[in-house]
Amino acid sequence: MEIRLKIWRQKNAHTKGKFETHHLKEVSPEMSFLEMLDYLNTQLIEQGKEPVTFEHDCREGICGSCGLYINGRPHGPMQHTTTCELHMREFKDGDTIVVEPWRASAFPIIKDLVVDRSSFERIIHAGGFVNINAGCAPESNSTPVNKIISDRAFDAAVCIGCGACVAACKNSSAMLFAAAKVSQYALLPQGKVEAAERVQKMVKKMDEEGFGFCSNTYGCEFDCPKGISVDFIAQMNREFFSAKVCKPKAE
Amino acid sequence: MKKPILSLSSLSQKYVMALAGIFLMLFLVSHLATNILMLRGDDGEAFRGAVRFLTENPFIKIMEYVLFAGFLIHIMLGVILQIQNTRARPVKYHTRLKTETSTFSRYMFHTGVIIFIFLVIHLVNFFFVRLGWVPIPEVAEGDRYEFYEMARELFQNPWYSAIYLISFVFLGFHLKHAFQSAFQSLGLNHNKYTPAIKTIGTIYALVISIGFASIPVYFLFFH
Repeated sequence: MEIRLKIWRQKNAHTKGKFETHHLKEVSPEMSFLEMLDYLNTQLIEQGKEPVTFEHDCREGICGSCGLYINGRPHGPMQHTTTCELHMREFKDGDTIVVEPWRASAFPIIKDLVVDRSSFERIIHAGGFVNINAGCAPESNSTPVNKIISDRAFDAAVCIGCGACVAACKNSSAMLFAAAKVSQYALLPQGKVEAAERVQKMVKKMDEEGFGFCSNTYGCEFDCPKGISVDFIAQMNREFFSAKVCKPKAE
Repeated sequence: MKKPILSLSSLSQKYVMALAGIFLMLFLVSHLATNILMLRGDDGEAFRGAVRFLTENPFIKIMEYVLFAGFLIHIMLGVILQIQNTRARPVKYHTRLKTETSTFSRYMFHTGVIIFIFLVIHLVNFFFVRLGWVPIPEVAEGDRYEFYEMARELFQNPWYSAIYLISFVFLGFHLKHAFQSAFQSLGLNHNKYTPAIKTIGTIYALVISIGFASIPVYFLFFH
């Protein structure tokens, strides 16, 4: 198949970027989207041009590094699919595909399609963990957890931190990401202990990083490759409210 | 990175926004309940009685200040949220697909601005007359509480009726998203009750906008 690629090129965070158009011939419908970009880069290198920089790692939909904004949607047209698991067969012969990086002030562009998502890391550093004393694994049956609750915690824990929620949100809000991380711990007994401090610290960090606010538009849920529900945002709102109102002041 | 406008956390701002919104939604119910009395066909007799009761009631007098504060907080926070959200994405996307999300939620600020413009017109039409800031229209014969005659005079002008009707359409759009959004912002989400809340929100938005719209329609066509 033949593809016309309109792709974002930007040298670094300080220079202005622009779209560059490439015509690709003999693209196999079996190629993944990233393989198609590899194919483009091979041609660019052969022509002595600078290849397009994009982020990728596992290429099996679990590492969260391959986020691209394809044809107006994070990770492209397929629901619950990361860019690496998107295949060229989802496009038609002769299609024009617009590829952009995530756009958010909290995700500055490093180069071309690669953005700096370390603001997510800093939100996790602020409280996205459980402090436990290392030692032997405890006897599993000593801490009973309701199966429904443990499943819910897992539904939150499937977040791969790719940033599609921020990219999809009209306000570049990181609420779905933060909510998934807050909820994943708050639902389980090991995480409950620090739940009140955690939610306050993580929300504070999220605000400092310059993400937008939540308009309850729910575009994040629609475009999340892991299908994380906005119910977790309500859960975070509840956790935060109870922490602010009922718990002692956080340091 | 620019400093946030308010030191209050993002979630706290959303709570305040939601609480002020819920208060305003309750106000709309009481406002409609009073105004709908104009449609009784008794030349505004029942409506006048309700206005007399409300203007003489000390509780309502206090609530007027609370209402003013409610509007002020809701509008100012709305503007602040919009500024922060615009800042969060300085470079826009070239291509952006409208996904299956709530359409009205994307235009809360825009519908809010229209409602604000309407609010100013509405205050000039009625509330400022009561305060004595605007001269009393002739039809009201020197009585600044004669809202029935003022409304009749106003809505028999098709331009004013059109402004009011268009505003109520946008008010409906605003409320359609607002109702369920307020619950979500306050963390009141439950797989049993949220679908019901969404349905009630749609019904609420329809009742309020159609209810208010019926008044100009009544004076324009049936009176």
